[in-house]
Amino acid sequence: MKKFITILLTNRTAQLVLFLVYVVVTTASLYLAEKSVVAFLLLLLSILILYFLKIKTPLKWVIGLLILGVLLPVSASQGPSYQSYMEVATLVGIYVAMALGLNIVVGLAGLLDLGFVAFFAVGAYTYGIFATGQAANFMPFGTYPLSGESFWVFLLIGCFVAALFGILLGIPVLRVKGDYLAIVTLGFGEIIRIVFNNMDKPVNITNGSMGLASIAPPRIFGIDLMFPNQFYYVVLVMVILVIYAVRTLEHSKIGRSWKAVRENEIAAQAMGVPLVKTKLTAFAIGASFSGMMGVVFAAKQTFVDPTSFTLLESTTILVMVVLGGMGSLPGVILGAAVVTILNLQVLTEISNWMNQLNINGVLSIPDALSPVKMQRFIFGALLIVFALYRSKGLIPAKNRKYDPEQLKQTKGKNSKFLFLSKEKLKAYEGRENL
Amino acid sequence: MLKKKTTAVFMAATLAMGIISGCSSSNTSSSGEGSKDGKTVIKIASQSPLSGGSATLGEAIKLGTQLSIEDHKAEFEKLGFELQLVPYDDQGDPKKGVANAQLIASDKEILGVVGHLNSGVAIPSSETYEKYSIPMISPANTATEVTDRGLKVVNRIVARDDFQGPAGADYAVNTLKAKKIFVIQDKTAYGTGLADAFKGAAEKLGAEIVGYEGITVGEKDFNGVLNQVTSKKPDLIYFGGMYSEGGLILKQAVDKGIDIPFMGGDALDSSSFVDIAGEAVKKAYLSSVAGDATKTAEGKKFAEDYKKKFSKNIESYSAYAYDSTGVLLKGLADAIDKNGGKLPSRAQVRDAVRAITDYQGVVTKVGFDDKGDNKYGKIFIYKFNEASYPATMDGEISK
Amino acid sequence: MWTEVIQTLPQVVIDGLTLGAVYAVIAIGYTMVYGILELINFAHGEVFMTGAFIGTAILLTFSGIGWLAMMPAVVVLIIVLIATSILTGFLGMGIERVAYRPLRNAPKLITLITAIGISFLLQDIIRFIAEIKKGNYIVTGPEIFTNKIKLDASSILPQFQDASFKSTFLVVIIVAIIMMIGLDFFVNRTKWGMAMRAVAQDRDTAALMTINVNKVISVTFFVGSALGGATGVLFAIQYGTIDPYIGFILGIKAFTAAVLGGIGNIRGAMVGGMLLGMLEMFAAANLTGLTGGVFGAEYKDVFAFIILIVVLIFKPEGLFGKAVIEKV
Repeated sequence: MKKFITILLTNRTAQLVLFLVYVVVTTASLYLAEKSVVAFLLLLLSILILYFLKIKTPLKWVIGLLILGVLLPVSASQGPSYQSYMEVATLVGIYVAMALGLNIVVGLAGLLDLGFVAFFAVGAYTYGIFATGQAANFMPFGTYPLSGESFWVFLLIGCFVAALFGILLGIPVLRVKGDYLAIVTLGFGEIIRIVFNNMDKPVNITNGSMGLASIAPPRIFGIDLMFPNQFYYVVLVMVILVIYAVRTLEHSKIGRSWKAVRENEIAAQAMGVPLVKTKLTAFAIGASFSGMMGVVFAAKQTFVDPTSFTLLESTTILVMVVLGGMGSLPGVILGAAVVTILNLQVLTEISNWMNQLNINGVLSIPDALSPVKMQRFIFGALLIVFALYRSKGLIPAKNRKYDPEQLKQTKGKNSKFLFLSKEKLKAYEGRENL
Repeated sequence: MLKKKTTAVFMAATLAMGIISGCSSSNTSSSGEGSKDGKTVIKIASQSPLSGGSATLGEAIKLGTQLSIEDHKAEFEKLGFELQLVPYDDQGDPKKGVANAQLIASDKEILGVVGHLNSGVAIPSSETYEKYSIPMISPANTATEVTDRGLKVVNRIVARDDFQGPAGADYAVNTLKAKKIFVIQDKTAYGTGLADAFKGAAEKLGAEIVGYEGITVGEKDFNGVLNQVTSKKPDLIYFGGMYSEGGLILKQAVDKGIDIPFMGGDALDSSSFVDIAGEAVKKAYLSSVAGDATKTAEGKKFAEDYKKKFSKNIESYSAYAYDSTGVLLKGLADAIDKNGGKLPSRAQVRDAVRAITDYQGVVTKVGFDDKGDNKYGKIFIYKFNEASYPATMDGEISK
Repeated sequence: MWTEVIQTLPQVVIDGLTLGAVYAVIAIGYTMVYGILELINFAHGEVFMTGAFIGTAILLTFSGIGWLAMMPAVVVLIIVLIATSILTGFLGMGIERVAYRPLRNAPKLITLITAIGISFLLQDIIRFIAEIKKGNYIVTGPEIFTNKIKLDASSILPQFQDASFKSTFLVVIIVAIIMMIGLDFFVNRTKWGMAMRAVAQDRDTAALMTINVNKVISVTFFVGSALGGATGVLFAIQYGTIDPYIGFILGIKAFTAAVLGGIGNIRGAMVGGMLLGMLEMFAAANLTGLTGGVFGAEYKDVFAFIILIVVLIFKPEGLFGKAVIEKV
């Protein structure tokens, strides 16, 4: 037995084979079992296992994309729960992107932001206002609602508008540190929500608390995207782009500046890191991911109102980041997935199952303690357990290890590791080795 | 070393679980569908906030639905069907409402939904119900947008804001002779919609709106707004919002010495309103679509059954939910009938529900028009002559 | 417009002081814990809420067995305050033991997660207990102070309108002031207080000076939570109706007040709380008048936050905070 395990741990092919068997089994059970949430979750778990395997990274990406893009939707599509799985998967994608955005602000740059949902709201309302007849109230030109084809343009517009708000938020708080920053950002989040809730007089911009209904769904090549499984692919592509962007940023000059600012602001300043630019960039980029996902959210729900953007939402996203491991990319993705799936699927299914047992007479639970009401309670308990036993996060952040020999070999121009400015490149060209 | 070992063990374990789950879940899926003691299972889902700030109202909706299902269980057993309730908690959050709606859609045994409490949750969730033809009957959504979109699945038994507001205004201006009115609303879709409708109608009737203020749900201190009321000296305060805030505003107003009538909508119709406001409740009026439950025999029986079963007093929403479920079950029975005694499809139930034109519930009469609104909207005005629940009827206004 | 503002000023000040007193004492709880542990105790709002419920439960039991009618209101109040303070104090100590002490060496934000988890837990536990006992989680307690007092402010200045308030206002203010003075005395004049200040300043050196750091932290939590619980009782007496979710909103506002006054500074928290209460009341009463109807009373939270942000831009350590000069 021990020998088997040691073979497993060291031999790449053995791991790969076992993993493929696992994927096949769970895919088959999802295909056959239709309503089994366990199979769905196990298939998602295979992505996590994939992360820990010892195979080459490009191969991991290909397998991962294959599972997420092909196996999951196809095998789930046979059952009646198809759309509900896709709905959960889409929401997981949206939250993953938002958590990655917050990860840049909190995890990489060390700026505690408790009002992050404000940017989400900005993105959602941007699309919402123009995709319903609302904009006609104050825009002097154009016909509204805009058609679903404008969705793709609005993804970028939402990005920019949210980034703009991020910078606007960042400017007053440059001097504020630590926990004071937390309360100021909390204040901003609340301000944005209250303002949106009240912007219906004198000029009706957001329709106040009544919300914007019947938002035009996105349209591509003439087809309206109405079902969760279509949105799933849109969100999947966007999440991949976001992950790529975050990885590149993290290992670039700006990423290192963020980490420097997080560790010690004064030392960073002494090393020539421009404090203002670094902080504002962090806010702007983090906000832009959120704004982009806000547009997707508005298009998916076809209805936005201020009750989706409460302080509790901001706190939930922060929980995802901290629980997953601050500053760690895979950790945050895992944290976002775990929290969203818990809240939206697992707890609901468990309470339904217990309710079913109650009806069938197996258990009898007094009404006041009915499991349907216990979801927040269980969530709170799980948070405490997770935090106490994995206090560095589910997958703690790891610094990338650079091989010093490899660094020395690389010449300036071809360097993958150094994003150098033009002057430095010229300087290195003259040298023979670094 | 330890970490890698645990990873390997973990992988092997989950592989085993995958195999087991594959085998066992195919069992559960086959036994979940179909029969229990030879009868086909029909499920009715309820979606309302069961946790969070409005949980008392959401709970009332769920319990009303539950009571109705239990009362009709025998009738459906004779037809060969087993009725079950599946309660869902939408937490007042539109995202959760939509996610639950998808879960409801994937459970093929659910043929109808009673819900929601918040219009903001009902609107996106109903888009999902529409895609799967699941009929929804709302015991609480008053926003006009809910039915104005013309969806085939959305129905409601409560009055729209644009009926309840003007009815209240009519009573306030013509019966209570109020010339200066101060309007307070709680900045939710319900409160703002109702208050705006009231304000528009009152102004048309010639009253002067001396103030229009918003408060936040969950707050307890309303002295700031009430200071404005003292200085403006109106004849009536109109409040668009729930009883938890309404009761406190009323109590604090009377404590401040503001001695004028206080009027609100159907969300004030609850025994907790009397609890919170105390003696001050004698100044309150409310408008509601529910007829007086204590005057009819069925109403009294409903209140007693509810109290006995759940040890809580009825509220307006429990009665509304009871009637909503009653209407839904009548539509279901009609659909079963039309289908020759066999299990109907969701679309058939949806059409049968919309076709109902004459259903007498415990507190209200129901008939749906082509948008899903209740044709028999009558607004009853209630007054609290003593500090006890329920109030006494003081007037009624029809369409 | 300005005449109205001045006319209603005495009433606004009185109402603002009531609200402010509640904020101030809760803010003290936040600030004490932050000073010692550099930790934002998000669960403090729930401790306050638990205190309100315990107080109401005791009052309801008393009125049930008839004691309420027999004893003078002040005696009842004192009994309830002491009992609630002790119970919530232990609750606070328990929370610290279970959720914060094991994480003392972990990254600071993880304690935020446990605090949020405890918030959810406490809210739901209280809610279930209230539902089982009373069928509804919105609980109204019996009133024990019911006098209304009128203040003839017009005799002070002719522009002022008369103000009136309930006697509970006096009770709340007096008890709050007693608590604040008591705390000030405790922190500045007793040995335990000195130990607390030492640990807040430099934990390791204090340990070197033979101070039992764990015990001091426990005592800090006890005192902070006891004060929070007592404020809960005051809140229940003043407003009569409580529900399990008051802790969340009030916690945020009190935290804002603590930051406004300079977090870690107890006197700052008191002033911050009072100031915030009065600002909110002023905004709620006058915003519509001042802005001609564009911004109504629903913007009062926005108003309070904007003031906070403005203060922090110009004085990033808060009103009374000491500018910490970082040396590298």
